[in-house]
Amino acid sequence: MSEKGNSVVIVGGGATGLSAAWWLAQDGVDVTVIDKGIVGWEASGRNGGGCSHHFSPLFAEEQRLWPQMDALLGYPTEFQPQRIRIAFDEAQFALYAQAMRNAAHQGFSSDILNAADIRRLVPLAGEDAFGGYLYKFGGHANPHRTVQAYAWAMQDHGGRLMQHTAVEGFERSGGRVSGVRTDRGVIGCDHLVLAAGPQTRHLAAMLDIDVPMVAARAEMIVTEPLPLMPIGGVDGNGLYGRQTLRGNLAYGGGPHEWVEVTGNKVPPRASTPLMRPLAGRLARLFPRAAHARVLRSWAGIIENTPDGRPVIDRIGNVTLATLSSIGFGLSPASGHAIRDLVQTGACDFADLSSFRLERFAQLEPDWIALQGWQTGQSNPIA
Amino acid sequence: MHDPASINGHTLKPEEQTALLVIGAGPAGLKAALAAVRAGVQVVLVDENPVPSEVMGDDIPLLFGNRMTGAARNRSAMLEAFVESDPLIAEAFDAGVDVRLGTIAWGVYGNGPSVGWMPGPVVGLSDGVRSWMIGCERVIVATGSRDMGLAFPGWDLPGVLGMTAALRLATRYGALDAKRAVVLGSTSAALDGARQLRALGVEIVAVIETAEAALAPADDFTALTGGVVCRAEGGMDGVTALVVSADGVEQRVECDAVLLAISAVPVIELLDAAGCRIEFSGSRGGHVPVLDADGRTSQAAISAVGDCAGIACAHDVAAYRMDWVRATVLASEDTFVCRCEEVTAREILEIRPPRYLNWPDERRNRRDLRALLGEGAPNPDQVKRLTRAGMGVCQGRRCREQVACLLALSAGCELSEVPLATHRAPVRPLPLSVAAGQEDPALAAHWDTWFGMKAQYVPFWRVQPHYTAATRNDGGEVSSE
Repeated sequence: MSEKGNSVVIVGGGATGLSAAWWLAQDGVDVTVIDKGIVGWEASGRNGGGCSHHFSPLFAEEQRLWPQMDALLGYPTEFQPQRIRIAFDEAQFALYAQAMRNAAHQGFSSDILNAADIRRLVPLAGEDAFGGYLYKFGGHANPHRTVQAYAWAMQDHGGRLMQHTAVEGFERSGGRVSGVRTDRGVIGCDHLVLAAGPQTRHLAAMLDIDVPMVAARAEMIVTEPLPLMPIGGVDGNGLYGRQTLRGNLAYGGGPHEWVEVTGNKVPPRASTPLMRPLAGRLARLFPRAAHARVLRSWAGIIENTPDGRPVIDRIGNVTLATLSSIGFGLSPASGHAIRDLVQTGACDFADLSSFRLERFAQLEPDWIALQGWQTGQSNPIA
Repeated sequence: MHDPASINGHTLKPEEQTALLVIGAGPAGLKAALAAVRAGVQVVLVDENPVPSEVMGDDIPLLFGNRMTGAARNRSAMLEAFVESDPLIAEAFDAGVDVRLGTIAWGVYGNGPSVGWMPGPVVGLSDGVRSWMIGCERVIVATGSRDMGLAFPGWDLPGVLGMTAALRLATRYGALDAKRAVVLGSTSAALDGARQLRALGVEIVAVIETAEAALAPADDFTALTGGVVCRAEGGMDGVTALVVSADGVEQRVECDAVLLAISAVPVIELLDAAGCRIEFSGSRGGHVPVLDADGRTSQAAISAVGDCAGIACAHDVAAYRMDWVRATVLASEDTFVCRCEEVTAREILEIRPPRYLNWPDERRNRRDLRALLGEGAPNPDQVKRLTRAGMGVCQGRRCREQVACLLALSAGCELSEVPLATHRAPVRPLPLSVAAGQEDPALAAHWDTWFGMKAQYVPFWRVQPHYTAATRNDGGEVSSE
């Protein structure tokens, strides 16, 4: 026990861990975030910045919080509301309607767009769109700025940040975790939150908890700045991404690569010639941007649970938090949910039953092979 | 069975194949290509020169400072001039090297801990119209050096250019538009460059050195030591004078070119982006690849030769760069250091959000560099993400070394402790339409926005209490978000 109340250590300085720390620090909890490197250095700083997760129980809270985040944090997130999704054929158009139905179920509306609407709303789009949707919810933010904003806001409320600190193990007493062993000494805690992305499995295993997950590498590209479109969050043609407020097009999509994560080490985030089909798809999505120059490509390593859904669950005085490859946009709400679990043992604003670890109790030992998530190559493609 | 939405299970099929690819037709690359072809090895040699003049206008790949003559716009004349400027190019052609000028190498790829779908070393090439991949057994990188930028008021005027750029224009293109030049820096490399230009008819009106004495014998120049660059004067047509202060006295030196010759920087972009190990060496020109005795990088199939492998320096490169940045860049805090994104030295050190956000500068949200630092040295990538310094079209070529010096000076650490800002493919800006390749039908058939997992997007009110791989519903199309 510290003077400020129970002490919480959060392992993982990504969007999820830092948001949880920010929520806890606002409650006056003595919170410390430990990261092996720099905040937001992994998937939290390498994603598309989307904030439109209509299938999640955290959706309503995500939508409530994002428009307030600049003011709540005190630092800019570059949040911009609304999203458009463009379909190039009837099949894509039918597929993308699911978002509209899910959001409607939760009280959010969308407009159906025809080709003329798209030309009007998306100046960089071309003539060949089949149709699309204007989602009057969601939006996008700048992942780099947001993650740093969480860290600074958390520190403003008295939270502590230990970067470049590697976790080596845990101290346990009486069936509870009492401390985190790091390369900079033991940090005592009354509660532990594991929000370490692909390393969560390894860390949980040290506590005899099995969190099934496999890591994958996914790639994005960014172009030089272009004149701003009225709505920057425009997806479609198998791509996700956004036009940044500076004007760059930052987009990803397409195949991922399942990779091995050994222990606590993240493999290098190498990008590959996948840049070329990404560029081709982006030039089709925005024909009037085909001249725009690609300045960088990059990759991130993200984890997925067997069903691709989060685990946000509390076992004793340990709270597990993996958002299963969809974490950035939900982070204002996931941090709130983690705060609730840590403080009261239950989330008071959303039904998290679909996030429980127990749903994998009957999972096959060879689930990775059954789902084809093993690594390995063979068939040539251009 | 592999997850069909993953790249696992596939191998890249490059459009063409060679035994050896040499990148860069400077002296080192030509020598390596000739030696290999004479040993019976199939060699493709690519070089981005002649560079289109509009690309030069963005200071790519060198700090050309818009001091090209009109002749630079004539690509075929430039091609001819470039070939004639080094007889080894013709010799390579004759010896059977497949020499391709005007061809950019924008990315070097191979398998590693997180990539398994490369067939071996693969290099992305482009002729400016299209791009393609070439597979090879070995890659020799011979990409030479470029010039460190230095911000002072007016450094964006036409006529402020790098010494390497000036020599490239003068000796390889015959297209340097400068008659009276001031040289910044007095290392032996700077003075050798000045002498080459003088031999070609450029008057060197002064050599400016910020240290108390020239670093190499400079008796054949008018040298101004202990000098601080105050500003360049001029207008649309370019620089007309450089104002320098020494011992508190300002001097105005009339000129039509200011040549930045403080530090030649090994061009390691492709090597770093390919994941080759890089180290900082004050005696080899800064960040250079870690090489074995045979010139191989940490990726055995990739070698480095010539200036990109390291430039021997008699002086301490780190201290010398820091001295110039302290005296000049820090002294003009409100000049854009990152010209593409318009970020000043002050904004970099105060970690200010970019001006287009109009974020109020209030005490409660003011955070400077110290607020970022953990136990580690300041990281330029982190500073870049927050200030945008180095994120622009020139891909950080103009500001990278200055930003590193600013961070080291401000944090009070050694320059060698500041990590290298990451290089990323494409290492040359590549239009979407040029980068785009034909999408393989096997890729297109299972292309999904995000992972293609149906279970991931089932609305939470329909999720079953237990999940198993055998009972998962994987049929039909997926709508990822």
